[in-house]
Amino acid sequence: MGRTLAEKVWDDHVVRRAEGEPDLLYIDLHLLHEVTSPQAFDGLRQNARQVRRLDLTIATEDHNTPTIDIDKPIADPVSRAQLETLRKNCADFGVRLHPLGDVEQGVVHVVGPQLGLTQPGTTVVCGDSHTSTHGAFGALAFGIGTSQVEHVLATQTLPLARPKTMAITVEGELPDSVTAKDLILAIIARIGTGGGQGYILEYRGSAIEKLSMEARMTICNMSIEAGARAGMIAPDQTTFDYLRGRDHAPEGEDWDAAVAYWKTLRTDDDAVFDAEVFIDATELAPFVTWGTNPGQGAPLSSSVPDPASYEDASERHAAEKALEYMGLSAGQPLRDIKVDTVFVGSCTNGRIEDLRSAAAILDGRKVADGVRMLVVPGSVRVALQAVEEGLNKVFTEAGAEWRHAGCSMCLGMNPDQLAPGERSASTSNRNFEGRQGKGGRTHLVSPQVAAATAVLGHLASPADLSEAPATVGV
Amino acid sequence: MEAFTAHTGRAVPLRRSNVDTDQIIPAHWLKKVTRDGFEDGLFEAWRKDSSFVLNQPERQGATVLVAGPDFGTGSSREHAVWALQNYGFKAVISSRFADIFRGNSLKNGLLTVVLDQKVVDALWELTEADPTADVTVDLEKRQVLAEGITADFDLDENARWRLLNGLDDISLTLQNEADITAYEASRPAFKPRTIQA
Ligand code: SF4
Repeated sequence: MGRTLAEKVWDDHVVRRAEGEPDLLYIDLHLLHEVTSPQAFDGLRQNARQVRRLDLTIATEDHNTPTIDIDKPIADPVSRAQLETLRKNCADFGVRLHPLGDVEQGVVHVVGPQLGLTQPGTTVVCGDSHTSTHGAFGALAFGIGTSQVEHVLATQTLPLARPKTMAITVEGELPDSVTAKDLILAIIARIGTGGGQGYILEYRGSAIEKLSMEARMTICNMSIEAGARAGMIAPDQTTFDYLRGRDHAPEGEDWDAAVAYWKTLRTDDDAVFDAEVFIDATELAPFVTWGTNPGQGAPLSSSVPDPASYEDASERHAAEKALEYMGLSAGQPLRDIKVDTVFVGSCTNGRIEDLRSAAAILDGRKVADGVRMLVVPGSVRVALQAVEEGLNKVFTEAGAEWRHAGCSMCLGMNPDQLAPGERSASTSNRNFEGRQGKGGRTHLVSPQVAAATAVLGHLASPADLSEAPATVGV
Repeated sequence: MEAFTAHTGRAVPLRRSNVDTDQIIPAHWLKKVTRDGFEDGLFEAWRKDSSFVLNQPERQGATVLVAGPDFGTGSSREHAVWALQNYGFKAVISSRFADIFRGNSLKNGLLTVVLDQKVVDALWELTEADPTADVTVDLEKRQVLAEGITADFDLDENARWRLLNGLDDISLTLQNEADITAYEASRPAFKPRTIQA
């Protein structure tokens, strides 16, 4: 019987397989950041261990870094201490680090791909759940806990039980206004936040094949929000074209050998998935969340659902709690929801294409009075590219704030936070209670919806900007 | 890691589903660089509400958390496990756990027990009606026991063996050094490197 993409990559990394034990899997790339690594380095020290493969390890600073005044000392002493701890650990152990101020600094999941380190058929881990992003290249990439970070540092392997596989097949053409973000939000709403639990998802079908690498990363990024261990997309010409010429992409004969191998990384025709989901791309529309988990979403054109409409008692209860927290009532049209803040950024939607599509909508328009809009590039490289294209000017002329690269308002660890009761439209990946600041209320949206929302002051899609002077959509 | 054989304690019924790790331990706690001292951050936002179950006097000293489905979703932060342990929890029961959280908990000796939602409902009813009711989680027998409730649970044999013996994963893996070295020798030259070693 044939094998799925995930099974092929898995099998190619088994160091040791024994009856009744998890497989011991080799890790090709280990990404580190300041939040989940300090206790792991401590563990190494306590046991007098070294980092086994410095050449497969790289660190960056992202979660705690401020996005303004980056040349000044970090105001929050605890954030500063955590960054200093990472710097000391990397210096002590010899790990390559891109600290704040470095040209390769940025959100860890933006940095890996742009350096060309994330490659098809590799295993990639990081102490961060959105490591699933890297699966867009046909890598097997997943988030790990701090004990596992220590394990990989010490052994470059992980003992793991092989997850099941689920195919998510998306056929047809996405309508004009519908982006990868809308697609993944719709998928999560469909299968639920626990629907992918225990599975590696493989996104496939004609709609997926047409997506750019950046759009594929947006999709794989949010696999974890469906509870999945990882998300993958088979590498193809789009993948190879993206990688060619990047800093760490193979060259010459190595390139040819790599591509020959990468081309084998497709699910065999006779392979069988443990579960399958089919999505008709043509039926999709711009999608936003109304609740406090990423599965609580609906098309923008619809209304806040009535908790009473849920048959399942725990879902009903969750919806009631969510509406209470979000300050919404059943039946309210989603388009009527006013926001205070718009955030464009994060490892989900902080890449150059995301900034381009938001800028295309803001060009010649203004952010609504009383709305604060933050645009935070995912990495310094993305920021430089945006400046070269003049996108930063478009944002600032529209009245948005153009910030330095980092996780920023995706989670409340740095100074960019929502105040209690404040409401945001955010291109990030989590609308959990308090995620963007204590008491903050988050609606997850695509960059296009974020930009249109900023202009109108309420949740909106580019199509709502009919008086449009500028070209809409991308 | 401390070995886990069986534990008996009072329970905290947490009637919520999708308790994500941002709720278990909010992000600002993640700036600490140690594994201890997270107990005050556990469910920090909810604990501001005096009616929250953890704040009730009769729940003080309880060691078994009985939670709704999809417990531990979201971020990979192991701090969530440390916070539960620092607070005093020895076991968490739910009908479904997020994968990363479950892996993290078992690595730290916090036993996560998957039981049918019907049994979770029964445990909720029992421990809400009688806060002094004891719940026993027996890893040797793979059973949860409480008044009127006996439920078997699954846990893969390898994870169980490591927990029962309190074995540390890294030392176990390092016993396979020869396999790792052999694998490394066969890795293709085109694989990426972050630095030239
Ligand atoms: S941008 Fe958000 S989701 Fe991504 S790594 Fe940073 S905090 Fe995590």
